[in-house]
Amino acid sequence: MPIKSYLAHPKTGEKQTLINALSLLNGCEVIPATNQDVVVVVTETSDDASDVILKDKIEHIDSLKLLALVSGFNTPQN
Amino acid sequence: MYNSLSSRRNFIKKMAQLSAMTAAAAMFPGILFASEQEAGIPNSANLDWKKGPCRFCGVGCGILVGTENGKAVAVKGDPNCSVNKGLLCVKGYHQTMCIQSKDRLTHALVKKNGKYVKTPLNEALDIVANKMKSTIEAHGKDSVAMYTSGQSTIPEGYVASKLMKGAIGTNNLDCNARLCMASAVAGFLTTFGADEPMGCYEDIDHADYFITWGNNMAEMHPVLFSRMLEQKTRRGAKIIDFATRTSRSSTASDRSILFEPQTDLAVANAICYEIINNGWVNKSFVEKHCNFSKGLTNIGYGTEDKFNFKDKPEKIDFAAFKAFLNDYTPEKVEKYSKVSAKDIKYLASIYGDPNKKVVSYWCMGMNQHTRGTWMNNLVYNIHLLTGKISQPGNGPFSLTGQPSACGTAREVGTFTHKLPKGVVMNPKHRALAAKIWKVPVERIPAKPTYHATEMFRAVDRGDIKFIWTQVTNPLVSLPKTSRYRPAMEKDSCFVVVSDVFPTPTSDVADVILPASWHIEKSGLYGNSERRTQHWDKMVEGPGETTPDAWMTIEVAKRMGYGDLFPYSEENHVEEIYNEYRQFHEGAKHGMAPLEVLKKESGAIWPYVNGKSTQWRFNAKYDPACKEGSDFDFYGKPDGKAVIWQRPYEPAAESPDAEYPFWLNTGRVIEHWHTGSMTRRIPVLHKAMPEAYIEFHPDDAKALKIRDGENIKVTSRRGSCVLPASVNKRGLPTRGQVFVPFFDENMLINDVTLDAFCPISKEPDYKKCAVKVEKA
Repeated sequence: MPIKSYLAHPKTGEKQTLINALSLLNGCEVIPATNQDVVVVVTETSDDASDVILKDKIEHIDSLKLLALVSGFNTPQN
Repeated sequence: MYNSLSSRRNFIKKMAQLSAMTAAAAMFPGILFASEQEAGIPNSANLDWKKGPCRFCGVGCGILVGTENGKAVAVKGDPNCSVNKGLLCVKGYHQTMCIQSKDRLTHALVKKNGKYVKTPLNEALDIVANKMKSTIEAHGKDSVAMYTSGQSTIPEGYVASKLMKGAIGTNNLDCNARLCMASAVAGFLTTFGADEPMGCYEDIDHADYFITWGNNMAEMHPVLFSRMLEQKTRRGAKIIDFATRTSRSSTASDRSILFEPQTDLAVANAICYEIINNGWVNKSFVEKHCNFSKGLTNIGYGTEDKFNFKDKPEKIDFAAFKAFLNDYTPEKVEKYSKVSAKDIKYLASIYGDPNKKVVSYWCMGMNQHTRGTWMNNLVYNIHLLTGKISQPGNGPFSLTGQPSACGTAREVGTFTHKLPKGVVMNPKHRALAAKIWKVPVERIPAKPTYHATEMFRAVDRGDIKFIWTQVTNPLVSLPKTSRYRPAMEKDSCFVVVSDVFPTPTSDVADVILPASWHIEKSGLYGNSERRTQHWDKMVEGPGETTPDAWMTIEVAKRMGYGDLFPYSEENHVEEIYNEYRQFHEGAKHGMAPLEVLKKESGAIWPYVNGKSTQWRFNAKYDPACKEGSDFDFYGKPDGKAVIWQRPYEPAAESPDAEYPFWLNTGRVIEHWHTGSMTRRIPVLHKAMPEAYIEFHPDDAKALKIRDGENIKVTSRRGSCVLPASVNKRGLPTRGQVFVPFFDENMLINDVTLDAFCPISKEPDYKKCAVKVEKA
């Protein structure tokens, strides 16, 4: 079960839109910075294929300027 | 705790989240994730939130620690604490994660035949007391010493002072705040006659300009820096970074101005020159509230053992001060400071504009300086000449690096020359201490003995034969550890180390005492803005871990001083604080009662008539000011602050043909001081696993050094091998290298020089000469 964390940078003035869009995605946890235009995103998916699909969905969000991977883990399923 | 797959996954998720937050903290100075404090916190009816101050740094952020079934499971910022208003930095969030480190010191260890043997605490304390007693009997009371900390709680510092000065009768007590704050203390005392900043953090909400002097606040005081950034966004306040290295703070500031190491003295004088010559002096303020003085010059650097210096202040007048400044025209100073005359004039114009409020902030850059006291005096000069002091948004503000550098080291007075009120040299102060401690006044010696550096030199010489360190790691943090490590390994000195984790200092101990961590005991700290903060014990510590205060008391009792330490184990914190408060009674330094501190997230002293005093020396806010006065610098007998004539003098050691680089040392956001705690927090350790040597890209190119390549840095004292860092976290000026000191596997303090400010005795970790080569 891949677990990854990213820094998601919104387009200017679209931080809240990005947060809203990310929050709608299953397997996606969003932690917005209080005082900067950046959002921490943690994804948790069941397998590598789902991970790729989720990442693709995130990258297609209009309000996203840049998605930077910070860490990636894989852990066995229950 | 993490034995099931689901809890393991949650743990990994948390790790992933924290990794991203740490990465963000490195990219965006002062970044905060307030909502994260609430998310992920266990939703349990049993969760009990207890308030306290943060364990790391001197800002004194209020924290709430969530405990469940006797364990600390969550930390969040305290929204009711005016210091941080609910926010915390990356270290603050993670602080409790180190407590359960596998190598935690849980029991006393006594070295027997070269091996550490687990020993019942009572037996270990017997050994410590007997050894201390027998050493005094054989070699005199000045053969024993204690070296404590700006992380010691107020009760811990108080009983250490009482044991050494009141019971044993030696001034062989100093602390690691000597390494970070002593120049600020000496600066305050020489200029104002009273220690600690006159303002408070609320200045941030009022200032138009923040000028940071050699101070990387974005990494070292991120919550305060975040408050400054907020004012920058909201009100257009400006941040000017004046430093020797481009840091995260520089890039987030409106202007970054770089200077050649040590020449801050000259630039500060040039600012004063400009203020005077442009007619920006607040004449009525200066005439009414300031005197002018000069001291000795060419005062040395203290690199030799038993170095002695005493300044001889001499009154001068404004005309003499003005004439002295003729050597510091911006045009003259730009030649050696590498700060353009235009930039010097720009800085002066900010201070000189009567319609702009300015706060100056500094920390180690100005304090760890062979002329640290002078540098502090010079920044005060600027604020005094313009009258920008002791008002909301106007003032000089020295920040602290440790959570109770102010509360314990400076206020309780765990320096060799200090008493809980005043200094050992003053008969009235000794008499007050003797009265409250109930000891004969003759027992308290009138002469200070060893400051930190000289204390470890005395260990090396064999003059000190017993030393007890508490809450500090001198064999990583002292300058020139290449001398002091072998000194502490000598058989001539019996070493007792009280700590939470093993460190290079505990590695040389004869007895290791297992200390309680922060939230495993009750205590009080005092932060940079004179705020006293209390917390109650939140969780039980493992094994036989015990608060340092109680271990000191137990040793005192075993040495026959039980009548002076009549405290109970359950309530000793309260009993000690109530005794200690007597020292500071009155309008100038009254401390808040414990019941107030238990309810509130701290109170700022002087606490008078149920109110904190936010701005001292200003009659509008400070009830201690003389009636009818507007400002009253009552630390001085005539109520006037001193504008000091202090020249530029070179560093103790400068680059030359053999050692062509400046070495500057410091910290990083992920780690706190010597890393003994933060390196045991997995996410922080992972984010910054090892130290490095930072180069200017031009220097790296000239030396054909690639990023990551191992480099040997060598001084006349020693050497250290570290990976090169090029174009990463910070950017030193050409001809300078920077190394953080948190990594006990890469001891950069083997390389540094133990030169110090002759007045404050604080070492200079920012300037010595080194050479670099591929390892």
